[in-house]
Formats: sequence, C-alpha cells, structure tokens
Amino acid sequence: MDNSALKLAKQAILVPAGLQESNIYRVMDQLLDGAVDNGDIYFQSSHYESWVLEDGIIKEGSHNIEQGAGVRALCGEKTGFAYSDKIDLTELLAAVSNVQAIARQGQTARLALPTHNTYPQLYAPANPLKSLSDQEKVDFLRRIDTETRKLDPRIEQVIISLVGVQDHILIANQGDSLAGDVRPLVRMNVSVIVADKDRREQGSMGGGARADYTYFLEQDRAIGYAREAVRMALVNLDAVPAPAGSMTVVLGSGWPGILLHEAIGHGLEGDFNRKGTSAFSGRVGERVASPLCTVVDDGTLQGRRGSLPIDDEGTPTQCTTLIENGILKGYMQDRLNARLMGVQPTGNGRRESYAHTPMPRMTNTYMLAGESYPEEILQSVKNGLYAKNFGGGQVDITSGKFVFSASEAYLIENGKITRPVKGATLIGNGPDVLTRVSMVGNDLALDSGVGTCGKEGQSVPVGVGQPTLKIDALTVGGTNV
Amino acid sequence: MQTQEEISRLEMTIHDLLLEAKKQGASAADAGLSIDTGLSVNARLGDVETVEHHCSQGLGVTVYFGQQKGSASSTDLSAQSIKETVTAACTIARYASEDPYAGLPESEMLATEFKDLGLYHPWNISAKDAIELAISCEDSARQYHADISNSEGASVDTYQGIRIFGNSLGFLNGYASTRHSISCSVIGDRDGNMERDYWYSVARNADALESAEFIGKKAAQRTIQRLGGRSLSTRKSPIIYSAEIASGLLSSLLGAISGGSLYRKSSFLLDSLDTQIFPDFINIFEQPHLPGALGSACYDAEGISTKANKIVTDGILNTYLLSTYSARKLAMKSTGHAAGVHNLCINSGNQDLAQLLKTMDTGLLVTELMGQGVNPVTGDYSRGASGFWVEQGEIQYPVQEITIAGNLKDMYQQILAVGNDIDERGNIRTGSILIEEMAIAGE
Repeated sequence: MDNSALKLAKQAILVPAGLQESNIYRVMDQLLDGAVDNGDIYFQSSHYESWVLEDGIIKEGSHNIEQGAGVRALCGEKTGFAYSDKIDLTELLAAVSNVQAIARQGQTARLALPTHNTYPQLYAPANPLKSLSDQEKVDFLRRIDTETRKLDPRIEQVIISLVGVQDHILIANQGDSLAGDVRPLVRMNVSVIVADKDRREQGSMGGGARADYTYFLEQDRAIGYAREAVRMALVNLDAVPAPAGSMTVVLGSGWPGILLHEAIGHGLEGDFNRKGTSAFSGRVGERVASPLCTVVDDGTLQGRRGSLPIDDEGTPTQCTTLIENGILKGYMQDRLNARLMGVQPTGNGRRESYAHTPMPRMTNTYMLAGESYPEEILQSVKNGLYAKNFGGGQVDITSGKFVFSASEAYLIENGKITRPVKGATLIGNGPDVLTRVSMVGNDLALDSGVGTCGKEGQSVPVGVGQPTLKIDALTVGGTNV
Repeated sequence: MQTQEEISRLEMTIHDLLLEAKKQGASAADAGLSIDTGLSVNARLGDVETVEHHCSQGLGVTVYFGQQKGSASSTDLSAQSIKETVTAACTIARYASEDPYAGLPESEMLATEFKDLGLYHPWNISAKDAIELAISCEDSARQYHADISNSEGASVDTYQGIRIFGNSLGFLNGYASTRHSISCSVIGDRDGNMERDYWYSVARNADALESAEFIGKKAAQRTIQRLGGRSLSTRKSPIIYSAEIASGLLSSLLGAISGGSLYRKSSFLLDSLDTQIFPDFINIFEQPHLPGALGSACYDAEGISTKANKIVTDGILNTYLLSTYSARKLAMKSTGHAAGVHNLCINSGNQDLAQLLKTMDTGLLVTELMGQGVNPVTGDYSRGASGFWVEQGEIQYPVQEITIAGNLKDMYQQILAVGNDIDERGNIRTGSILIEEMAIAGE
C-alpha cells in the first residue's frame, strides 16, 4: 500500500473519537444484518485553510475543520443514507437504524467484495498545511504580489489565493476490514485586473496538485501563474467582438480538455446510463468519435488533482478507456451502478464529503496524443477560431447539448492566428462533436490542476487534458453576426 | 416551544465563544452558528430510490486584533472545539496584515428589532408519506403524455434550521426557519432524440407548495414542448427571457453594484451611481421583511438591520450594495448588504407572457440557459440557450443548440417590457423580460 496512509487515517479518525476497529465492525454487522444488499460507512476528518492577498496585504485567512461519518444502506436500486457530524458509537447506531428502513423484505443480493490490500502510492500522506510555516506562507504571497505588480504598469489589482486541504478518510464496506487514505490537495490562484485608457480586463491563472505547498515553489510555478494571468488580461484588452455562427474551431492543448469532460465525460457516467437518461445510453461498441480519438479517465496519475489510489467506496482507481479510436468502449462506474448493470466498478465512486452519497464521477479525463504538429493544424484552417483558454462549461446529458466558454481566443485567417477576440461560449452536441475531429495534435498536455466538477450539488476536484484539436464545425457564440 | 429553548441554548454557545475570543486576546469578534436537519426522498419509476436523513451543524468565528483579522470554522460544537476554533482564528489573525478598513460595523447600525417574519413552519411529514407524495408527483408526470419515456424521478425535501449570530458589540440573535420543496424531472423521447425538463415548487410553509400533481404535470408539459427542437441560423433578434431564468439578468446587476466588485474595479458598472442604466420605466427595489418569503431577514450577515430599499428608480441607479468593509473602502456607509439582497423585486407592466410574445411579434423566447459566459468586468455576455421561436406572437417550434450574446450594459438599456408573470421561487422575483435585440449564433 499504502499501509501508512491507512494507519494514519485510523489514527486521525478513530483515536480522537475513542473508537476501536472492532466497534466499527460491530456497527457494520448490524448494518448488513438488515435485509440490505450492501452498505458502507465513510468516515472523514478534513482540515482546510485559505489565505488571500489583496491590495498588497494579507487580507483574509481561514481555517476550517470538518468531520463526520456517513452511513449508507443499498438494496436493489434503493439507497438509504444518514450522516452525523459527530463520530461516536451512538450516532453511528442511530444512523444505521435510520438507513435500514430502506431494506426490502426477503431475499438479498449481497456480493462478496474483493479485498484490496495494496495500492500504488500516488501522493505522500503529508499535511500540506504544515509544509510551510504560516510566516512562510504569507511571505510567499507577498513576494509573488510584488513580482506580479512589476510585470506591467497597466496592472491595477492583484488577488492571490492559497488553499490547502488535508483529508483523512476511512471506509468500512464489509465486516472485517477498513480502507483508508490521507489525501493532500493544494491550489493557488493569481487574478489581475488591468486597465488601459477606457478599457479594463481581467486575467486569472492558477494550479494545484495532490502535494504540499512546496509544489508552488518548484519550477517557478507561482510566478508562472502570475505571468499567464497578466498575459491573458493584456491580450483581452485588445480583443474585438467574437464571430457568431458555425465554423472550424481549433482548441488548444491542456485545460481546453474541458470539452471532453462536458461533451462526453458526464454522458458516460454509469448512473445516467443505467437509467437510460444519457444521450450515450446503450451505445457501447458504436462510433461516437472520429478514429483519431482515444479518450481515457485515469485516476492513477501521480499527484494530479483528480488522482486517487482508491475511490470513496474503497475501490482502487484505474485507467478506464472510454473511447478507443472513435468507438465507445465503456462507462465510469461506482459500486451501485456497476452491480445493477452487471459490470465491474471502475473506481469512479466519489462523493464531496461524508454528508453526501457517492456517485460515478470523473477523475482525470483526457484524450491521447495524435500525430499532427500544432502549427500544421493551425495552417490547415482558412477561416476559423483558435480557442486557447476556457472558463467553465455545462452539459445536459439527456439531450447531449454542452457549452464551454472561451476566455482567450483568436481569429484564424489563412492559416495564421490574427486578432484576439472577446470571450464567447461554444455550443455543441456531445455525441456529434468528436465525430468532427479532423486533426489531433502530438502535444498532449494536462491542465494545471484547477478543475472542480459539479454534479447534483456535489463538487469534487478533477483533471482534464488533451492535445491541440481541430473540430471541423462548432457553433461559436460571438456578437459579430 | 422547544425550538425557542434550543435557540436560547445555542445563543449561549455563541455568547461563550465570544467570551473565549476576548479571553484569547481578541479586541473584537463575531460568530455564527447553524444547525440544519432535513429529510430528502426521491422516487423513480414508481418506487422509492433514495431516502436521506440530513443533520448538519457548523460554527464560524472571525476575530480582530486591532486591524488584523482571522477566521475559523468547525462542524464540532463542543466546548473543546470552540476553544480550538477560536485559537485557530487568532493564529491566522496574527499573520494577517493591518487593514485600516477591517472591523465590526458601527454599533448604531446593528438591528435592534427582530420582527417575526414567519420563516418557521415545520412540516412533520414521515419518510413514508414523503415517498408517497413523490411517487404521486412522478406518476402525474409519466401519465401526462405517451412521449414521456423515462424519468429522473420526483423529490420531496424538507429542511429546518436554526441560525445564531452575535458579535462583541453585544449583538446576539437567533431564529429558526424552514424550507420545503417538491420537484420532478422527466424525459421525453421522439424519433430517438431525448429531452429532459423539470419543475419545482419551494416555500417556507408546506401549505404554500404547488400540488405534487401540478408539479409533475408541469414538468412533463415542459419536456414535451421541447421535443423536436432545431437550431436557428445565425441572426440578430429580439429575445424574451422567461420569468424562471430572467432572474439571472438581475443577479448580474447585483454582482456589478456590490461593494466588493466596485472597490476591486472588477465591475462593468463602475461609477454608475445616479446614472441611467435602465430605461426610465424600470424600478428595482428590495422588500426584506415580506412575511414568509424565501429571502426575508431582519439583519444582514454582520447584524446590520435590513430595510426596504429602492435600488433603481426610473432607470437610475440609486445605491450600491455595501457591507461594512466595502463601504469603508469606498468611503461610504454600509447599506446592510453583507449577505446580498433580500427579496429583490422589479416592477412589472400589465402584460402576461402571452401578451409579451405579441409585443415581441417575431423573436426568441429563451427558457433555459447553459454555462457561465458572463464577463463581470466588461459585461460581455455569451451563453448557451434553448427555447422557442416565435412569429406573429405565437410559438412556432422549439429551438436548441444556439447561443445568445450581447453586452449587459446594452441589454439593460434595451429592455422593452417586464411581464407580470412573476416567479416567486427565489430571492430575486421577476417576470419575463423582453430585450430589443441580441445576437443568436446557430448552425
């Protein structure tokens, strides 16, 4: 294993609560004693801090502690769920009796779960909050602020935030063993406002990883974010109205992979497909993309924001091929939906916290590199849009319609990048968009570690990535009709 | 009443917490606490799918050491945790910079009257009855039309909570509130193309909810209407934002006139006070004390009393929305908006949606928006949309996979009418809004 992570998680959660492992197994016995197929208890103890520099001073800081346990009983397609902010035996037993009301009469369909003892270590079980002293954290923010302000005289405002989380989790899903993990997560962001004559623009760039704060000190990452934020803001000062209508769109590498997350990722989550509510339901084996496209969801990447050795149900994560050479291969599953669809879980059962139920969620979703040089892709476009950076996106998984909003984009004219255009929303249809991919770059890049995915009110950290892509037709929502 | 005892007990917790902050050397502090319990059930395809019992609590404290400030929060309300939480906030404050604008509000601005706003109406519904209600809601949706082919189910949710807030100037108040909802989402299928839509009702009093049958039927009706949608060619056109999404236009306004955006100069409405930002028939105002309304409150997040406000009069912006901090940064006075607005309303004309369609004659009725797509610094606006194409005041066909774009400054000036079909399900209450012209991008 990471046995050390399990040991640390037990120590952080059970010791302060005065609980023994045997107490938990007793509660599990009681939970599984009802006529339920299976069930689990998710313990979490989470420390979170944030620091904000604004107007050149350390303006805000906060420290938050969240802990509790969620108890779930599963029976056929039914779920009973209760949670408590207190981790103690009385609360756990009360939760068990609450959730067992879901149990059916008669036969159960209990599955024996494989026991997993070893997982690859994807990150050190370190505490990011302690990786720098508080003085070092504020000195670091001040230094980046000073260096950022020197980058350009048109900078009016600099806001820098630094966030660190340490999450201890323990999962009981059978009567005699626990899975556990210690999950670090850090995130930093630099945003600037620039002004020139009567125009004013913003730029924002950040990054993060399952690591500690020293991540930002390496390779000049922090000042790199600042340079990017300033560069983007300055580009947008000169932006002209974006074109409107269907056109050839070249997407940059890295974070524009949010295309994959929205256009196809959500539609391939097991719950929607089990229920038949996704535009991709029942389409495994069919062509949903051009043969140039192979897309995976990979929770096993070292230290990435979306990485986890085990998901929130204790299932080891894996690299799941979603689309191979354009053919739909499979879905992302949690335990409930895998059982109901008669397939194996894929380690995608994730939850925002103990107070939320797990669902199939993405980890790091990206498209594998192709063979084209990025320059060659741009040169092949007579007239179109080059979208280099994006804000957020959204999808309606049933109709398949998705949007994502460009925050840095340029016109392509006669194979050359010409003028920057204002941000615009791009809209398309998930099952169609990848069939129009005509060139795939050799420059696969993952995003810098900033993604947060929302589904049914639950947020989880994720990663995306892709090489430069050419899409022959996509609707660009500018104002220039 | 048991709730009153609970409130008094929790007020003591905040009282103790503020004392602890003082003991640890803070020159000032404020603290809040909340406890929420709830039941949430979902039924799908005629059977229960999930039953969730909610019970969460949390406390938060902000301490000041002179002009230095630090915050901390915890989900553990024990005496030991309170002490540790205060210590964590104090540690942060030590490393925060001196900020001349930081601090508690002026005492004379704090609320002293605490009217009963009718926010607390517990709904003692059992899980079994909630399941039956959800099933009946979904049944009415599934029976509505043969093209309703699948369902995401119907949900019944009920929450009750207690909020306590206090500060070291002697402010201490707590109140209980409830919130209940019924919602339904179903899927229609025509020629292999699926569409989904939903409807919901939310209220502080369960008696004020729309009936489960009505909600189910309305969800199904909305889904059926969307089937067979097509894109439009790229063009300019008048646009109506239907009431349930028009609130988004006003929330962009609220963001742009909030103190935080203004002092950061990240607003498209900088220096707009006392200028005409809407046509002169537009009045936008706030009614924080509406009995039983979802946005009602006696005081803001700092304890400052809320009051009826005219925000826009005859199209002219009367006030920014300021907290104590942003007010000091702008050399102004707090307007009691540390937690945003409370029941924002816009005056409506005498046209319902059907009449508004006639007024537009030819154009797009937008009923759903997708994505963020709004630049708060410039007001540039571009979002995914779906809805209906309208000719001669009549709906012609559903529209999908298009974007609508413009700039909020222009869009506000180009409002031609506001309908009287007001959606009261949120903190922003507006009817449908007709805008003269926006860009539509499609196939």
